[in-house]
Amino acid sequence: MTRTRGEAAVTISGLVKTFGRFTAVDQISLTVGRGEIFGFLGANGAGKSTTIRMLCGILAPTAGSGTVAGLDIVRETEQIKTRIGYMSQRFSLYDDLTVTENIEFFGEIYGVYGARLARRTAWILAMANLRERQDSLTGELAMGWKQRLALGCAMVHEPEMLFLDEPTAGVDPASRRRFWELIYAAAEQGVTIFVTTHYMDEAEHCDRLALMHRGRIIALGTPAELKDGYMAGTLLEVRAEPVMAALERLSSLPAVREVALFGSALHAVVGGPDEADDVRAALDAAGIRVERLAPARPSLDDVFVALIEQAERGA
Amino acid sequence: MNLHRILRLMKKELIQIRRDRRILAFLFVVPVVQLFLFGYAVSTDVNHVAMAVLDEDRTAESRALIRRFTASGYFDQVAYLSGQREIDALLDAGRAALVLRVPRGFGHALARGRGAEIQTILDGADSRMARVIAGYTNGVLRVYGGEIVQTRAPRARLPAVDGRVRVWYNPELKSVYFMVPGVLCMVLFLITMLMTALAIVREREIGTLEQLVVTPLSAGELMLGKTLPFLLIGLIEIVLTLLTAILIFRVEVAGSIPLLFALSALFLMTSLGLGIFISTISKTQHEATLSSFLCFMPFILLSGFIFPVENMPAAIQGVTYLIPLRYFLEIVRGIFLRGVGMDVLWPQVIALAVFGIAILSLAAARFSKRLG
Repeated sequence: MTRTRGEAAVTISGLVKTFGRFTAVDQISLTVGRGEIFGFLGANGAGKSTTIRMLCGILAPTAGSGTVAGLDIVRETEQIKTRIGYMSQRFSLYDDLTVTENIEFFGEIYGVYGARLARRTAWILAMANLRERQDSLTGELAMGWKQRLALGCAMVHEPEMLFLDEPTAGVDPASRRRFWELIYAAAEQGVTIFVTTHYMDEAEHCDRLALMHRGRIIALGTPAELKDGYMAGTLLEVRAEPVMAALERLSSLPAVREVALFGSALHAVVGGPDEADDVRAALDAAGIRVERLAPARPSLDDVFVALIEQAERGA
Repeated sequence: MNLHRILRLMKKELIQIRRDRRILAFLFVVPVVQLFLFGYAVSTDVNHVAMAVLDEDRTAESRALIRRFTASGYFDQVAYLSGQREIDALLDAGRAALVLRVPRGFGHALARGRGAEIQTILDGADSRMARVIAGYTNGVLRVYGGEIVQTRAPRARLPAVDGRVRVWYNPELKSVYFMVPGVLCMVLFLITMLMTALAIVREREIGTLEQLVVTPLSAGELMLGKTLPFLLIGLIEIVLTLLTAILIFRVEVAGSIPLLFALSALFLMTSLGLGIFISTISKTQHEATLSSFLCFMPFILLSGFIFPVENMPAAIQGVTYLIPLRYFLEIVRGIFLRGVGMDVLWPQVIALAVFGIAILSLAAARFSKRLG
C-alpha cells in the first residue's frame, strides 16, 4: 500500500445533494485522516447513505467538492472505485454461489487474479473463519459468517479505504464484537474506515464521530469531546420510586430541560449542578422516594438526544 | 471495456443458472412443451369434419354424391337424418359441423341433364373453420359436377380453364410446418426477454447490484455480462427447438440453418434490449414478469404468429410494422418453409436491425442512467 502519512483519506467541502425539492445532504464539510475509524451517525434519512454514495463515486453531488484517497469524487470516480471497499447493511453476496466463488468473483471484478487471488482468498477464509465452509453455498451460512464474508469480499483487492454502511444491522452481539475486532485489525494495517451505525456502543469504538441530522452535521469530534463539550447543562442521574411518577414530575419542572428513561434510572438535564437540590426537593414534595440523585457523565445517547432536540428547536 | 470482467460476470451468471432448477426447467422444457402444444393440440388443420346426411332423394345419384364426401377423407358421416326437424337439434348440440341435404328430385334432375340442387348447412360459430369446410364442400362438388358433365354429355364443351390449386412450400398444408417456425420465434423472444429482465432485477432486489455499482465494473460491462449469457441460451434454445421439430415432427428446414442462427442473433438485440428496458422499469421480479407478459402479448398477436397479418384491419396492419417480431417471423418462416436467403429477406433484415439497434441503445442509455 502506498500512502502518504498525514494526508487526509477523505475531505469534503460544502457538499450538497438535492433530489428535486428535497435536500438530502446540506452543505457538509469534514476531513478524515488516514487509518482513522470515522463513525457516521444519525437517524434513517439523515443523509448518511447519500453521503457515502457520493464519496464512493456512484452519486454525483449537486454542489460542493470532495476527495477520497486524494482523488476527486466528481471527476475521478473510476479510480476511486478501485481503491475503496464498500459493504452495505444488506450483505450483498450471491446466496447461490459458494463462499470461494463469491470471493473469486469479486476478486476478479477488482482485477485480482492468479497467485494474488489465491493469497487473498486464503486470507479472507482465515479472517472470516470460513476455511471449513469454503465450499458451502453462501445462503446456508449464519448471519455473522455472511457478514464477515461480505467484509472479506469488500477487502479482496486490499483497498486503502473501507465504507461500511450499517455493517452490523441485525447481527447478534457476539458476532458484532468479532466484526469490530476485524475492523480494528484493518485500521491497524492503515486502512481508513468510514462506518455508519445505529449502535451507540459501536460509536464508542470510533476514533471520531459525526452526527448527521436532516442533511447537516450537527456535531463532530471524538466520543470524549462530544460527551464533554457538546452538552449544554448538567446531566442528573435519578433513581426514584415510583419511577413513572418521578418521570412525570420531572418533566413538569421548569428547571428540567429534558428527561428520559434510561434502563431503571432517569436522566434529567438541568442548567447547572446547583439545581440538583431544587429537583430533589420537588420530588420529595411529590412524595417520591429518591434513592440517588447525582450529576453523571452523559453517554453518547444523552448527547445525541440533546443535540437533536436542540437542532429541532433551532429549526 | 474490460473483457476479463465481462467474461467473469458471464461465468457467474451461468453458474447461477446451472444451480437454479426452476430456471433450467423453464429453459429446456418450455420450448418442447410449446412445440407439442402448437404442433398437436392447437392444430389449425381441418380434418374429420362431422357431417350429417339428410337424403330425401334416395336414388343412386344421391348415394353416389354422399359417397364422394365420405371418400374425400375430410368428412366423417356421423348421422343419417330422417327429416328436416332433426337438423336444428343436431347443430345445436354441436354433434355435426355440416349437414348435407339432398332434396327429392336430385337424381331425376341429373338424369334429365338439368341442373340439380343440394343444400349444405354449416355451423358458423367458428367462422374460420366454417370457411374451410365450405371450401372443401365446393371442391368435392366441383369435381363431381365435372365428371357428370363428361359422362353424360361427352361432346359438351369443357371449360377452357381447369382451375386447380397446387400448394407450394407446404404441400400437405400441415399446420405444424407453419407453427414450428412461429413457436421458435415465440420461445426465443419470451425466454430471452424475460430471463434478462429477471436476472437484472433479481440483483437489484437482493442488493448485489448496489455492490456491483461500487466496483470498477462499468455500466456497459455490467450490461454485456448480464445479457450475453442469455444470447448464448437463446441460441441453445434454437438448437433445442430445431432438434425437436426435425426429430419429432419431421419438419424439414428448407433454407440455410447458419443464416437462421445469424438472423436469430440479430433478433436477440431486440429481445435482450426489451429485457434490459423492462429491468429499468421494474423494482421486483414480480413486476418484471408482469411487464414482460404485457409486452409479449401484443407482440405475439400482432406478429402474425397466430392470426395472419393479411386478415387484420388496415389500421392494425399498419401497427404490425412496429412489431419487430413480425419481421423475425417472416424471416424464420421464409428460411424454414420457402428456403429463401438474404436476396429475398433483406428488407426484413434491415427492419430488424434498425429496431434492434434502436431498442438496445435506448435500453442501454436508460440502464446506465438508472444505475447512478
